[in-house]
Amino acid sequence: MNAHEKVEKNIGLMMILMVVAISFGALVEIVPQFFNKATTEPIEGLKPYTAMQLEGRDIYIREGCNVCHSQMVRPFRSETERYGHYSVAGESVYDYPFLWGSKRTGPDLARVGGRYSDEWHRAHMYNPRNVVPESNMPAFPWLFDNVVDHTVTGKKMAALQTLGVPYTDEDIAGAEAAVKGKTEIEALIAYLQNLGVLLKQKR
Amino acid sequence: MLTTFWSWWVIILTVTNLVLITWLLFANKKIAVNEEDTEDQTTGHVYDGIEEYDNPLPKWWFQMFVITLVFGVFYFALYPSLGNFKGFLNWTSIGQWEGEMEVANAKYAETFGQYKEMSIEEIAADPKAMKIGTRLFANNCSVCHGADGGGAEGFPNLTDKDWLYGGAPEQIAVSISNGRMGNMPPWGEVLGEDGVINTAEYVRKLSGLEHDAAKAEAGATHFATVCAACHGADGKGMHVLGAPNLTDDVWLYNDSREAIRHAIRNGRANVMPAQVDKLREDKIRMLTAYVYGLSQE
Repeated sequence: MNAHEKVEKNIGLMMILMVVAISFGALVEIVPQFFNKATTEPIEGLKPYTAMQLEGRDIYIREGCNVCHSQMVRPFRSETERYGHYSVAGESVYDYPFLWGSKRTGPDLARVGGRYSDEWHRAHMYNPRNVVPESNMPAFPWLFDNVVDHTVTGKKMAALQTLGVPYTDEDIAGAEAAVKGKTEIEALIAYLQNLGVLLKQKR
Repeated sequence: MLTTFWSWWVIILTVTNLVLITWLLFANKKIAVNEEDTEDQTTGHVYDGIEEYDNPLPKWWFQMFVITLVFGVFYFALYPSLGNFKGFLNWTSIGQWEGEMEVANAKYAETFGQYKEMSIEEIAADPKAMKIGTRLFANNCSVCHGADGGGAEGFPNLTDKDWLYGGAPEQIAVSISNGRMGNMPPWGEVLGEDGVINTAEYVRKLSGLEHDAAKAEAGATHFATVCAACHGADGKGMHVLGAPNLTDDVWLYNDSREAIRHAIRNGRANVMPAQVDKLREDKIRMLTAYVYGLSQE
């Protein structure tokens, strides 16, 4: 029985060798990044999401915004002209999970913060056609009626704290009061207006 | 930048992988599955009477594998792939981006440079400049102000001659660069619901709209004490504060009683976002001229 035959006829051995063969890529491409400061340390001035922004982010995920909107400006001129400074890893160290995405049915939102007024976001989310006639984005009118569930905000922040997001105990204690009675649209806009505002660059 | 340990980790694993693949490829170049090579060159397997030939890889296939290995070696040498080794080309994605930007900036400097010496009024009269302005406006402004600059409810119409913050070139440039923060305070608690309704009637009267004369008269006193500070005693507004002219029947929201009452009761805080960090000075100049030109016809 030669080596080839041994491998082909022994499924356990074959599985082990397959795992060895395909693990090189992950060991080289992924594992070193866990220990690379450029990917693990926040950029200067980065703060964890406030209670309102955090709830807004969860609404963003719930409504599937990330399915059509990426949050990753690549270092190409065509992108930096349109969206601003290219994204860097240190901007999303507090994102669990990150929302970089690779599908752009709508524009990239990595730097949407401060680009439009709150009033515009309200009009746009209520019915995108009211402000952009050719838009094919769905309307989200229920965000104006739904109220944020304030009872879980603190728990979410405590969970993120265990993952290394530097929330203080005061942050967590104050979370409930910060979001109580707020509508979902307010939370979502608070999140959007904070996106990517740390890195500015003239186009 | 990886630490020395992780840099060597990447280098050793990558090179080991390359060597192993090469070994695997050549070790299997011509190897019979069946050690006691059968006379008819088959593996000796028989499945329902079907026999399996024991042939090596076709030559072209084998050679393609070799080409990918050679490609890999060159790639590792030229591009940054082995740990912290930068590659002989010194290529980086940021460097490539900077190169693209340099080429584009030189081109922009030429395009916008020809308008450097011209005044905003002159640029607004230049058809070629206005063509550039149209595109810049479509890309950056039309989302709120509409493709034709006609605005929408809550977003100012830029084609009429009515200005919140002034329509002189310098004022437009400031509006675009630094943005504007409208701030009408809420008066619902101060005036009470009757006061709000009466004041709204007076505001309708100012613009010559159909109104209840008695209520408007009652509202006039409220207007003089509360509203006149920003909108002026005559209601003609104030550009410095962005207080709208209430006498010209031009409405940022609409002229319905409810919209006017809402504004008085709850205030308004309309924001124009600052563009100075997003657009280059040259582009803001072109847009200033374009917006200025919109209301000149």
